[in-house]
Amino acid sequence: MTGTETEFTPLMSFAGGVLIGLSAVLLMFFQGRIMGATGILSGLITGGVPGDKIWRAAMVVGMIAGPLLVLGLTGQMPAVEVPISLPMILIGGFIVGIGVTFGSGCTSGHGVCGLARLSPRSFVATLTFMVVAFATVYVLRHVIGA
Amino acid sequence: MRILSALFVGLVFGVGIAISGMINPAKVLNFFDIAGTWDPSLIFVMGGALLTTFVGYRVVLGRPNPILEPKFKLPTKTVIDTRLIGGSAVFGLGWGIAGFCPGAAIPALGSGKYEVLAFVVALLSGIWVANMIQTKQSDKRITA
Repeated sequence: MTGTETEFTPLMSFAGGVLIGLSAVLLMFFQGRIMGATGILSGLITGGVPGDKIWRAAMVVGMIAGPLLVLGLTGQMPAVEVPISLPMILIGGFIVGIGVTFGSGCTSGHGVCGLARLSPRSFVATLTFMVVAFATVYVLRHVIGA
Repeated sequence: MRILSALFVGLVFGVGIAISGMINPAKVLNFFDIAGTWDPSLIFVMGGALLTTFVGYRVVLGRPNPILEPKFKLPTKTVIDTRLIGGSAVFGLGWGIAGFCPGAAIPALGSGKYEVLAFVVALLSGIWVANMIQTKQSDKRITA
């Protein structure tokens, strides 16, 4: 499994990052909460009060509408290329679900909000998942896939 | 107001994920592939997001309370344990396999691709199973 090139997009990536950060700041402003995809999903599928689920569902709807708004404004759907097989997608998805729950967060919760709060827990978590992701891709593409 | 604001926050996040390229697993996996087809774009995503959040949090958290709640609900845990590190390592493994993290996969559903739906269903099952295990473990600790 080797990759195909993707275009280096520093400006659009930075602009997108600013919007991701802005959404985190807005959620803190409105609800006083950390913007974490793990927490949003977890609260949606487990326990909790019904009133709590409605705003979470609304946020998920807003998220899904994001690329559709980009499509509406630019006439082009942002590229979503999945270069791996369906079994690997399912295995990867399940593993991510287990990991983010035990690790109490993912890229948004730890990597953006936690680091912005200078949380030592988030620093350790982010360093860990980043290093392991680099190592995983290296092994899959250059050791096993070589 | 809470629902409307959540919808708006989700939309801003979703547009950010979409235009940043985080929505594209091929791009994310290339970011992790320094030895191969490396695409450093995601450094700029992290940079933009962190800079904005770092400054924005300082402004917002300087207020006495959020708009819709009586007070801020910030994480209080400080312990760095094997659960945090192990869980994060497992997440990194899955992220490296699939190229999707949870916050990128949800907006990607908007693309209508069945692969994304498959990922999200597997993701939700993983979250559900891990929550069950955690609940069982904490029950045991309470009764023990």
